[in-house]
Amino acid sequence: MPDTSQPIVSTPAAHSGFRDAVSEAGMVCLGFVPLGMGLGVLVTSHGLPWWLAPLLSGVVFAGSVEFILVGLLAASTPVLSIAATAFLVNSRHLFYGFSFPLERVNGPLAKTYSIYSLCDEAFALLSGHRGGKASSSQILWTQALLQISWVSGSVLGALLGSGFLGQVKGLGFLMVALFTILTIDAIRARPELSLVLCAAGAAVVALLIAPAQMLPIALGLFVVLLLARHWLEARRRRAAHGEAHHG
Amino acid sequence: MADVPYLLLGVGAAAAVTFALRAIPFALKGALKDSALLADLRSWMPLGAILILLVYAVSGVDFGGSSHGIPEVSGIVVTAGVHWWRRNAVLSMLAGTAVCLVLANLVF
Repeated sequence: MPDTSQPIVSTPAAHSGFRDAVSEAGMVCLGFVPLGMGLGVLVTSHGLPWWLAPLLSGVVFAGSVEFILVGLLAASTPVLSIAATAFLVNSRHLFYGFSFPLERVNGPLAKTYSIYSLCDEAFALLSGHRGGKASSSQILWTQALLQISWVSGSVLGALLGSGFLGQVKGLGFLMVALFTILTIDAIRARPELSLVLCAAGAAVVALLIAPAQMLPIALGLFVVLLLARHWLEARRRRAAHGEAHHG
Repeated sequence: MADVPYLLLGVGAAAAVTFALRAIPFALKGALKDSALLADLRSWMPLGAILILLVYAVSGVDFGGSSHGIPEVSGIVVTAGVHWWRRNAVLSMLAGTAVCLVLANLVF
């Protein structure tokens, strides 16, 4: 049963979706190649088969945990411990779905892929005002291009080894640059100091408590602060409403 | 050394956990439809989450190394400056990364 809610002629939209994805995410994809190469190099340097690199990068597709998995797999860590580690390191993903524009992705299969490939960078590039105008095809192309670059990089790294880009220092900076830019854009779109302070405070506290688990702790703290703020604002609204009625 | 079924099982377990974590909020969203809380989270989350990702990425910089993180900090300043000025993400990223790479590989 074809989805009749979609226009039959979808080529122009699909085309511009691809173009928009390339122009918004192209640099990040380029940055993913050397980072993925780092993962590939790590796999073969642990004496693991080269195909584990695309398997990790393509199937798990969750950044930092893949680097940890290489060490765990090389040490024959029990599968349950591997699952527990993946849960801890990736628990930050619990918070991304709430503001990711999945409703704009058309079709159940496409939605499933979009959830499946919802990495940090996809969340950062597509949520908030940036993703506010993104079409279904732009969202899917962005995620697919990120995944393709990451997997390609990991294969290159596993096959070529560290001789190629492994000598260049500082390539990881591309991700720092990306998040710097996205932070500036997010602040421009929503210049709200209290949000910046809450997030920065949560990040610093998490770094002080447990640097190794900084991301899940910081995001968890930040969400707790947002819940408190929501509750306070709701109570203030109710109080104001009550006053208007009674007095 | 390479026990293929073990490797497949390990990767499969990690992938299943990751997918479940990514899917849970969407499943909850159905139950929380039209909630004021969800609307607030949607509008407040992105800025804070992205800022936290930035702090996380910066915390990975090796400030104790021979370059003391000077290439990275210079790169951030250039990226932010160019982005504030031109509002062109590609240009900002190229400029900042170029500065960081040149300092890291040729100066320090």
